[in-house]
Amino acid sequence: MPGITREEVAHLGRLSRLELKDEELDHFAEQLDEIIGAVARVSEVAGEDVPPTSHPLPLTNVMRPDTVRPSLTPEQALSCAPAQEQQRFKVPQILGED
Amino acid sequence: MTDLTRLTAAETAAKIASGETSAVEVAQAHLDRIAAIDEKVHAFLHVDSEGALAAARAVDDKRARGEKLGPLAGVPLALKDIFTTEGVPTTVGSKILEGWIPPYDATLTKRLKAADIVILGKTNMDEFAMGSSTENSAYGPTSNPWDLTRIPGGSGGGSSAALASFQAPLAIGTDTGGSIRQPAAVTGTVGVKPTYGGVSRYGMVAFSSSLDQGGPCARTVLDAALLHEAIAGHDPLDSTSIDAPVPPVVEAARNGDVKGLRVGVVKEFAGEGYQAGVMQRFNESVELLRELGAEVVELSCPSFTYALAAYYLIAPSECSSNLARFDGLRYGLRTGDDGTRSAEEVTSLTREAGFGPEVKRRIMLGTYALSSGYYDAYYGSAQKVRTLITRDFERAFADVDVLVSPTTPTTAFPIGERADDPMAMYLADLCTIPANLAGNAAMSLPCGLAPEDGLPVGLQIIAPALADDRLYRVGAAVEAAFTTRWGHPLLEEAPTL
Repeated sequence: MPGITREEVAHLGRLSRLELKDEELDHFAEQLDEIIGAVARVSEVAGEDVPPTSHPLPLTNVMRPDTVRPSLTPEQALSCAPAQEQQRFKVPQILGED
Repeated sequence: MTDLTRLTAAETAAKIASGETSAVEVAQAHLDRIAAIDEKVHAFLHVDSEGALAAARAVDDKRARGEKLGPLAGVPLALKDIFTTEGVPTTVGSKILEGWIPPYDATLTKRLKAADIVILGKTNMDEFAMGSSTENSAYGPTSNPWDLTRIPGGSGGGSSAALASFQAPLAIGTDTGGSIRQPAAVTGTVGVKPTYGGVSRYGMVAFSSSLDQGGPCARTVLDAALLHEAIAGHDPLDSTSIDAPVPPVVEAARNGDVKGLRVGVVKEFAGEGYQAGVMQRFNESVELLRELGAEVVELSCPSFTYALAAYYLIAPSECSSNLARFDGLRYGLRTGDDGTRSAEEVTSLTREAGFGPEVKRRIMLGTYALSSGYYDAYYGSAQKVRTLITRDFERAFADVDVLVSPTTPTTAFPIGERADDPMAMYLADLCTIPANLAGNAAMSLPCGLAPEDGLPVGLQIIAPALADDRLYRVGAAVEAAFTTRWGHPLLEEAPTL
């Protein structure tokens, strides 16, 4: 089993959208390495023939009639927005300059 | 004069219904108790005195008008800060939701209000319910009322501590890997994880959606049953909510009996890491079940030894996906938006500032387990283990009616002891996790104090899915026998603070 390196933690941080601080990288590398080393044993036990379980219940889509129902007002929906403008969520730039 | 904070929920409701006391007096007694002692315990993140007194007045008005009151009308409750409450802050123990005022009630919150239960406030918890000690709260730890230097369990340590320090007779928890049962065990209280799908998750902040289950916490088995009945049942707003009648839990709690019942002792729940005093009290509980007429058999569930490993892949994987919604764009914290940074940069800075270390660890662990190249070995294998564990339960329940075990391998550990040692912390959930993976119902109730440290020990009872009533039938019988043996409920021995 490969050990978790500082570089891998940095990569996981980027994938997870966590702007990790430099001092966090070594600490998390050590801890994640220990945890992954301990949980890797799950691959020892189940054979090819065992089906995976993703959920305790047999899930099916739940449908309802497509009718208008009461919902939050725009004011309620925006009541906790970090920034708003013209009854919309105001967000930082999403696309590049051009 | 009766101390209103020492009554059970059932007694409180009866006294309010008869007019011997009023809901306002009861609410005020609890608010006074919180004001007097919660500085020491830190069970609450937010106390809603105004809301509680208004709800209590409404109950008293109903009674004055001669309207029929429900079985828990006017009884105060401490609500875990993971359920949304309209107009009342909901933080999930995280800085990322500091100051967030939800514009809607969770279904569970709505049902509490419909039952005329008086919500005193929101209780402390490990951030996003990730932890076994409440030390992962961004707002500081909660203390165990039995010994203020020790943890009250987690993630629902605020709820369990509120019960054990008589700040509320009822509380709500959520149990993803043991977060209702483990806090109940280490504080000498009762906690039930209902069958998965038994209580709506709508408005309950998601951690691991295939495992998360809200449920009742109380000081007695009957009180837990009354609360269970108030919050359970189908909810069209939760697609995983079971559309079936609620098991007759109150009737079961009123008729405790184990005669002729087949009880299984899982032999994998013992051995290295189990405290001697915990095993002693557990073995006495098994002996008690025999004396009460149960037939006890030992059986083996070999896959359970892999449950902890599977859980720490499945829960982080689901959490890494669920917590992606905290992006700093629509609600909650936003950090570093200085007009020059992109949305992605602001999101990364927000999450870095808003999440604590355990949440970051689990998000990265889940991201790792789900990443291409590792998916089959980690997440895929863990899902197969989940199948094996479910099969072990099915085999066991073909032979016995319920399973019993210690709830936790040890009593409450000192605050700080495992705070930066994740693997040591995870071991606290060794016995509770299998029921979450399979979706079964399970309860923890007090079975004595460990001789070596004088701290509470919990007995876990596990029943098949949709047989939640068996927990209460067995739990009520055990509780009655122990209370007779001890001469009083266990919590009478807790420090008065």
